[in-house]
Amino acid sequence: MLDRPRDSALEVRKTYKLYVGGEFIRTESGRYDPVYAAARPGKGRSASAQRRAPSAQRLSAGAQRPLLANISRGSRKDLREAVRKARAAQPGWASKSAYLKGQILYRMAEMLEGRAPSLAKLLKESHGLSPAAAQREVRATIDRLVHYAGWSDKYGAILGTVNPVASSYFDFSVPEPVGVVGIVAPETPDLLGLVSHLAPVVVSGNAAVVLLSETFPLPALEFAEVLATSDLPGGVANLLSGHKEELVPHLARHMDVLAIADAGGDAALSKTIASDAAVNVKRVKRYDVSDYFAEKAQGLDFIEAFTEIKTTWHPIGV
Amino acid sequence: MSTTLADEKARTEALKKIEAEKPRLEFGGAWEYAPAPESKDHVRLEKRYGLFVGGEFVAPRSKKYFETINPATEEVLAEVAEGNAADIDAAVRAAEEAYEKRWRKLSPAQRGKYIYRIARLLQEKSRELAVLESMNGGKPIKESRDVDVPLAVAHFFYHAGWSDKLDYAFPRHRVSPIGVCGQIIPWNFPLLMAAWKIAPALACGNTIVLKPAETTPLTSLHLAKICQEADLPPGVVNIVPGAGETGAHLVNHPRVRKIAFTGSTDVGKIIQRSIAGTAKRLTLELGGKAANIIFEDAPLDQAVEGIINGIYFNQGHVCCAGSRLLVQESVATAVLGKLSDRIATLRLGDPLDKNTDVGAINSKMQLEKIRELVACGVEEGAEIHQSACAIPSRGFWFPPTFFTGVAQSHRIAREEIFGPVLAVMTFRTPEEAVEKANNIPYGLSAGVWTDKGSKIFQITSKMKAGVIWANTFNKFDPSSPFGGYKESGFGREGGVHGLRAYVELS
Amino acid sequence: MSAVLSLDLARVPTVDQVGIDERAASLAKRSIKTTAKRAGIRLAMSMLDLTTLEGKDSEGKVRQLCQKAIRPMPGDATIPHVAAVCVYPNLVSVAKEVLAGSGVKVASVATGFPAGLVPLPVKIEDTRQAVAMGADEIDMVIDRGAFLAGDYDRVFEEIVAVKDACGPARLKVILETGELETYDNVRRASHLAMGAGADFIKTSTGKIQPAATPSVVLVMLEAIRDHYLETGRRVGMKPAGGIRTSKQALHLLVLVKETLGDAWLTPDLFRIGASTVANDLLMQLVKETTGRYQNEDYFTKD
Repeated sequence: MLDRPRDSALEVRKTYKLYVGGEFIRTESGRYDPVYAAARPGKGRSASAQRRAPSAQRLSAGAQRPLLANISRGSRKDLREAVRKARAAQPGWASKSAYLKGQILYRMAEMLEGRAPSLAKLLKESHGLSPAAAQREVRATIDRLVHYAGWSDKYGAILGTVNPVASSYFDFSVPEPVGVVGIVAPETPDLLGLVSHLAPVVVSGNAAVVLLSETFPLPALEFAEVLATSDLPGGVANLLSGHKEELVPHLARHMDVLAIADAGGDAALSKTIASDAAVNVKRVKRYDVSDYFAEKAQGLDFIEAFTEIKTTWHPIGV
Repeated sequence: MSTTLADEKARTEALKKIEAEKPRLEFGGAWEYAPAPESKDHVRLEKRYGLFVGGEFVAPRSKKYFETINPATEEVLAEVAEGNAADIDAAVRAAEEAYEKRWRKLSPAQRGKYIYRIARLLQEKSRELAVLESMNGGKPIKESRDVDVPLAVAHFFYHAGWSDKLDYAFPRHRVSPIGVCGQIIPWNFPLLMAAWKIAPALACGNTIVLKPAETTPLTSLHLAKICQEADLPPGVVNIVPGAGETGAHLVNHPRVRKIAFTGSTDVGKIIQRSIAGTAKRLTLELGGKAANIIFEDAPLDQAVEGIINGIYFNQGHVCCAGSRLLVQESVATAVLGKLSDRIATLRLGDPLDKNTDVGAINSKMQLEKIRELVACGVEEGAEIHQSACAIPSRGFWFPPTFFTGVAQSHRIAREEIFGPVLAVMTFRTPEEAVEKANNIPYGLSAGVWTDKGSKIFQITSKMKAGVIWANTFNKFDPSSPFGGYKESGFGREGGVHGLRAYVELS
Repeated sequence: MSAVLSLDLARVPTVDQVGIDERAASLAKRSIKTTAKRAGIRLAMSMLDLTTLEGKDSEGKVRQLCQKAIRPMPGDATIPHVAAVCVYPNLVSVAKEVLAGSGVKVASVATGFPAGLVPLPVKIEDTRQAVAMGADEIDMVIDRGAFLAGDYDRVFEEIVAVKDACGPARLKVILETGELETYDNVRRASHLAMGAGADFIKTSTGKIQPAATPSVVLVMLEAIRDHYLETGRRVGMKPAGGIRTSKQALHLLVLVKETLGDAWLTPDLFRIGASTVANDLLMQLVKETTGRYQNEDYFTKD
């Protein structure tokens, strides 16, 4: 009798793709970048590790650092497509009731809760985080989603006003979404940081195009699966992996992108963003969050930054 | 010119002929709807319910149980424990312990997550709760399924999100919970009223003893089960069924720090008197006699729908019901003609039939009250118009009714009937409409129907009512504050304003 | 605008969009079961105007459609024949021949269907010829461009002229509600058409979306109701376009029953312009009687 090898034990490895228009797609450019496991497991992330140039991480291949995945290097055409999908999806998303939007964000939290072990594993492999630290980041991300789910039907009541004008008019101001918002995600923490900027942008009815952490893109790409299974309409959130230096100018100059959340933490890129944004008077908000786990890293301000105030006058009289 | 008797007779005959030949719509038996009963097999009814205290269902210290029935059939649904003073005391102690040892120790975000769990469980059990609500209270399944239960769910979702955001609602204040809250709710929207009370109280960090209405305890008790399934820490929510006496024990309990009451104005006044001199905080949501004002430039067909929704929704058992119609004289005939035709299509009957529009009156007692006031209306000289619908032999029922020729001084124009009975009056100018609308001790709600925007804002600015609906009626949302002026009570429920009652600010 | 017309149109009530959408949605909750469902399906079947209005319509296509109109379910004579077959003028004679003696009427579109942007004399001649070839009913289109430009007199006069050209044939006036867009416009156009002599008012040509939405149907039914109560004349109603399922057809019957009452629940006053819905009606009927969900292949596609 032949001794059959147990091939069912062979792992089916995941292909990580871009998340655009509610679908998982490869870059049209065909380019890819390998992503390796963290250099020193158990050491966690150091500040220097955070600022290490992207190329350094990828070049140091070797037996000690297993390949985690080959990811798409997003191109400007992918970005163009993402903006197009975002633009198409945004009005429908904005017109959904606040209640429904809140339910969808809560559903994201439910889905992430279900995937917590696999996200934690990715964080450990990508960064060399301890299991406790990885868990902590996933838990904080879930709580952040719940936090913003609860804002959807409240921020309007706090930011909106009825204005006591001096003439016989009913005068009221309401916050409205801006439209398509570009987000340059922080390099780390790549999961919590992404959600800390994505959730407040979409909860008010904006659609987002996100340039993910370049050094640690995998947890975010896996997070796209949470987006895909949470009833969030396709196109509302679009996640692109790639080289920020290449993609940022195209994002900053895009005429259909009306605002940018710059949490990239790179002074040179921030300057480019600030200057290129002027082409269509984009609203730019630069973030320098020292600790994404702190309470200051969430709240109404993050939502307000990407709303427009609309004031309406109506006569009072018969 | 004098007329002879023969002339008069001929004239009457001619008028009768004209009337008979006037075009009429017939809403009869062509294509009858077949029975469309909602299934009740999946409803898990117990034979007997205890009190819900300290996270468990327990036998009452009173040793007493009362029967709760289905008002459409008069059949007994279950036995329910009746709480006495000792039971109330046990519940308050459980709420206190839960407050000190568990609830106030949780972070606000974690508190919110419990409330989200309750919301989700309510969603999962929506159909069962809707059927149970219709069985115990008499309202059509169409309403409990599409209004009561979804709104109750929405209240929990909405308030869950406030738990960790209270400092935005009260900027520059230190926000703390009050402690143990006593809540008494009515029988017209049993589950929804429980949600309106429990959700904000929990979100603000309080613990609760709630007394559901005497005739409708079941959905509150099922909500208690949901609290168990959500692993809500024991004692955070306690449910003690009973009647007026049980409620009085709760109101008068020395260690209950805040009372919330929804019910009749008479009882509200009793409660206000009872707690005078104590430090207890109080909110009251009482009766109403809302004016639904229809101007000549209103979208008339939708305005008529607004009348129907205003007074026949939930059999008129609604504190904010549009029980007075103020119609501009120039369109009165047209509106009343449409109203008569519309009433002819209202289907009264088995609350569990999906095609039923008007269900059963909640109790024999309420039916008698309605009958008394209607008889009074006839006696005072108003003209009665009633739907000719068939009335089932068992159960408590009252057909949709409206009175014309009503004067401001008639009892039916001033007193809350709390049934499917509308009093119709006319007006000539906007000033007159506002004056008539405000000329009552109540001030809960009002409706304004006109196509002209500026008129809407003018009228609403002059109305003395806590909730005003323009070109719609009976719309509710957890984010929209609800509550009355004058004898309709004080305090608001829902929205930012609704949180105020459940916090201490310093 | 003529004084009389402007006075009439000024008295037409406005429509609150949110309110009417809510009413239509509320009526959609009516649960039609068992006996009511079977009776409703048969009633809806008897009200169908089986329609084919394609550039590629031929004699063969129309013959087959007429056979279906007479006997919707092969082998089951208890299923009623439909109310009418609706075709382009060139196919009227064929339809007339096949349908002779069956009780099914011949309806023809006319007046430069579907756009209606041809001179009035052409519209009138179009109508006359269709009637001469045997049409029992004419489905005309109003001039939407003129209506939206506020030229109500012109729209009114065209309807009057076409009605005159119809002779004995009954006139259905298509408002093309999808182009009128607002409910206020639909309501006003309904009153205008009825005032000008329409026997039926019809929602759409079926060539654009949206067509016969429940809300738009309800607006028109309410207009018919007001017209009847004021003049004593009963005008019929025909929703057309986008009606594919039994559920939709039954929902339409609910709207009629609860707005206009018993008198309108007859093919003389209510028609459904559709074609594919016929098979869904049959499938649902068979499912009701046998208890089994059905398969499309067992019902003829003509």
